[in-house]
Parts: sequence; structure tokens; C-alpha cells
Amino acid sequence: MTLTANRAPAEQRTPAKAEKRANPLRFVILAALLALLLIVIAPLLIIAINAVKSPADYASGGPLSLPPRLYWDGIVDFWNRVDFGMKLWNSFITSFTVAVLGVLLSILNAYALGIGKVKGRVWFLVFFLVANLLPQEVLVYPLYFLSKEAGLYDSLISIVIIFTVIQAAFGTYLLTSVYQEFPTELLDAADVDGAGKLRTLWSVVVPVSRPTLGVLFTFFFIWTWNEFFLPLVFLVSNDNQTVPVALGVLQGDRLMDATMTSASGLIGILPAMLFFLIFQRTLTRGITAGAIK
Amino acid sequence: MRRKGYWPFLIPGVLASVLVIVVPLVMTVYTSFTKWNGVGEQRWIGFDNYTRLFDDSLFWSSFGNIVLLILAMAVVPTLLGLFLAAVLFDYVAKKFSSRWASLFRSGFYLPQVIPVAVTGIVWGWILHPEYGALNRILDTIGLGSLAHNWLGEPGSALYSVMGIMIWVQLGYPIVMFMAGLQRVDPELYEAADLDGATWWQRFRKITVYLIRPEFYVVLVTTTIAALKIFGPIFVLTGGGPSNATLVPSYFAYKNFFEKAQVGYGSAISTVLTVLIIALSIVFLRLQNRAERKA
Repeated sequence: MTLTANRAPAEQRTPAKAEKRANPLRFVILAALLALLLIVIAPLLIIAINAVKSPADYASGGPLSLPPRLYWDGIVDFWNRVDFGMKLWNSFITSFTVAVLGVLLSILNAYALGIGKVKGRVWFLVFFLVANLLPQEVLVYPLYFLSKEAGLYDSLISIVIIFTVIQAAFGTYLLTSVYQEFPTELLDAADVDGAGKLRTLWSVVVPVSRPTLGVLFTFFFIWTWNEFFLPLVFLVSNDNQTVPVALGVLQGDRLMDATMTSASGLIGILPAMLFFLIFQRTLTRGITAGAIK
Repeated sequence: MRRKGYWPFLIPGVLASVLVIVVPLVMTVYTSFTKWNGVGEQRWIGFDNYTRLFDDSLFWSSFGNIVLLILAMAVVPTLLGLFLAAVLFDYVAKKFSSRWASLFRSGFYLPQVIPVAVTGIVWGWILHPEYGALNRILDTIGLGSLAHNWLGEPGSALYSVMGIMIWVQLGYPIVMFMAGLQRVDPELYEAADLDGATWWQRFRKITVYLIRPEFYVVLVTTTIAALKIFGPIFVLTGGGPSNATLVPSYFAYKNFFEKAQVGYGSAISTVLTVLIIALSIVFLRLQNRAERKA
């Protein structure tokens, strides 16, 4: 209601708009959208109110009542029980390293393919495209076997290596199409200045393409953070688990009651929400990056 | 000026890709022609795994389930997302304000940013037969007779998973399509308005027509995501009850790590891979043809 009040003066200027404002259909549509939005976020709201509800209040009020007082013990208990700080650190260090290395590898590949236009580049691009499409199931057993042979099984290093390559396959594909359009004048100027290929890469190409690199970094970080299948297979010991694996394997645990389960859900949602808020602008730009040619 | 001598920059990428992608891929394809439990000797058995696969009713039902999941993860979100994106972009943003439109967009996108394990917790909890919120809500509004074990009964498990996946996926097409609509020249809409076109006519003739590139991208990526689905199945149902929600990737996982039938698991994942690549080629062809016509 405050919204219409605020907008009223502007709309009264033209009779056509005033007429539209009176159209009851507008509010039917808005109400329908709000109802749909409520359905979409209701599961998260229910998790949030039950995460801060004591088991006693839950028993008397059920899942839909608002907690009469805030109760943090469920969250604290769960945090301590799974050593959540450690899982957060594992997830963070893995995702961050993969994002940095993945962007670096994408830059090197795309420099050779997009700007250097090396021979057979179409085939390299087809390879990276297919690599993107592969289901991880077709790679998982040999990777599991090889990492055991190499003594890297149940170690974050194996996860970092694997995801760096997988994410860089996407990054190479995207970044090559960006570098193909790279302004030649800048490269020629660097040539004239006598800069070598590596210098040109670091002091011309990378700074100019920084916005795209930022999008890639964000993607790689969040994707790696949310990865479930390979970390589930590779990170078997408690000390090495990432957040999704720790939460995933606790599902169905008999010791988890209703409020503790929602507490675990809430502390799993919070980091994701935080990234969403931090990266929102880069993300909405980046999600569409794949679609624009 | 033609640039030369850039191939050394490819060396790290090629070496790493060979190690992590090419070698494992070749090993899996090779293993699919052998009988192997993962530790002992690997014995060549030709096409036996594949003939067994085509006689395995679980394999066929896992693909049947995938068809329904493509409906829930690709078809429904794409169509619903197209409609919602058009309403948000062309109606809400104009008749209310663009702030409302982006608020709705962010809200619908929220389930996309949540890790799959957490999606499993959230929905496993809401659909729980004893303390789940959905059964409580049904009780409260007098529909208690509808309450049941949503994810635990073979009759409803797959449909519950489908509903959850629509919830997860919806935000992605909305964001993509709203971005695509920004490319559309507003004068086209004004011209249509002057010609007395209804909103629905404009939607069909202008909106849908102009964002076909995004439409294809969304349909391809969500279909491939549906074919690969693993995490949601693992955390929601574990493929059960009595294999009612079994999907190929989970079927392969079980053979690899629970039954130690590595050869058979490799055959399943090889078939899945071939299917994904074939489908992508078909989609790319269709997209190219559509673009040439335009």
C-alpha cells in the first residue's frame, strides 16, 4: 500500500497512467506473484523458524508456530557435534584454491586458443565443450582408483586438482570466445613496445578482461562449494569433509531430532545466502554470460 | 598480423586435462568391457555388460524416471519461467517498478543458490512422515486424509522429487530470460501496443520469438542437468523406496561403490555419457537451424 501511495503523484500526471492504476487486474497479478513467491520461500522460512525453536516449544506448538523465544542451543549443539567450523574451513580453502587455479588455467588455455589461435584450436574447443558435458560418473571410478595409487585419496588435494580441471574446461570455453574479440590494437601496441607473450598476457590481456575473470572466479567458487558427488566419494574421513558432504551424510541420522535437523539446514543455508548477497551483481551478469555470443 | 608460437601456453591445460579427463574416460570405457570388482584381476568379457544392461529392468526404469525428471527439471521450469519472466519484465517492471521485478527475480532464484545437501535437509524435513511440516499443514486445514509418507512410498516418491526439482530449477530460466528480454528493443512493444495487440499476443509473437537463443540454452543445460542428476536423489530418497526414484547416475554409483561391480557400473556411465553427448549434438543442430531461419 505504501508503494501505491508513493507512486501516486507521479502517475497522476498522465490520465492514461491513472486509468491503468485503477485496473484491478494489476493487483490480482501482484497478489498471485506474491503468493507464488511465498510458496517458493516458505520451505526456507519454516526451516529458519524451527532452527531457533526449543524442542519443548516445538513439541507444544508444532512446526508452524513462531518460536516464543529464540533458542540457539540447537545450532550450537549441531555446530559442535559435527565440528562445523572445520567443515567451513575445508569448503572455503578448497573452493578458493580451485577458483584461483581454475581461473589461471582458463586464462592460459584461452590465451593460446582465443588470441594465439593455435593450430587445431577448433578441436581443442570441441574437447573442452565435451569435457563440460561429461557426467562425473564416467570419470569417478578411475579417479578414485588413481588417487588411491597416488596416495591422494581422502585428501583435499585430490578434490582441488580434479575440480580445477573440470571448472577450467568451462572457463576455457567461455574465455576463449571473449578473447577472440580481444582488441588487436592493444596486442599490437604491446608487440611494438617489445613485450614478450607472457608480459602481454599479464600486463594487457588479464587487466582488460578482469570483469569476465571476476565472473569466472565467482562461478568456480560457488560451484565448488556446492559440489556433492565427487567430495562424497573422495572425502571419507570426518576431518576432510566439506559442508555439503557433512550435511548430506547426516541425513537420516537417528540422533537428529526435528529442531536440530532444521538447525543443520539453517547453518547450511547461511553461507550460501552470504555468497549470494556478496556476489549477486557479478552473478546476475555471469549467469547470462554463457548465453550471449 | 598473424600471431604464432602460443602453443606452450596450452601445455599445463592439456597435461591436466589428459590426467583428469582423458585417461579416466578411456579407463571407464575399457572397464565397461571387463568384469572387475575393483581390486582383483580385470577380465575381458566383450559386450556382456551391455547385453546384461539391456535386459536389466532396473536400467530401463532408471531411464523412465529420468524422462519424468526432464519434465520436472527442464520442461516445466522453462515454460513456467518464460511466462513468469515475461510477466515480471513486461508487466510488473512497467506497471509497478523494476525494483519489484528484481525482488521477485531474486526470490525465485534463491533455491538455486542453496547446496543440494541442504535442499535435501529442507525438503526431507518438510515431507517427513512423523514431524514434517506439510502433513501438519494438511492436518490443520482439515485435509489430514491426504497426509502420507511423501518420499517414503513408492507411489508418491518420484512425484515428490519432481515437485522439489521444479522448486529448485525455476529461478534459473527466470534470470536467463529476463536478461535476454533486456536485448529486446522497447519500440517493438510500443509498436505492438499501437497496433492494439493484447498482452498475450505480444508474449507469443515478440517475447517468445526474440529470446529463442536463451530458450535453447536453458532447455539444453537443464536437460543435461536432469540426465546427470545425483545429489538430490542421494539426499532425498537414496534411489528408493524399492528403486522408485532410481536414476542412471545413482545406479552407476551403487554398482561402483556398494556392489563392487565396477565393469557393470562403467557400462551404465558409458551409456549415459553417449546419450548426453548425442542429445547435445541434436540440440546444437536444432539451434543452428533455428538461427539460420531467423
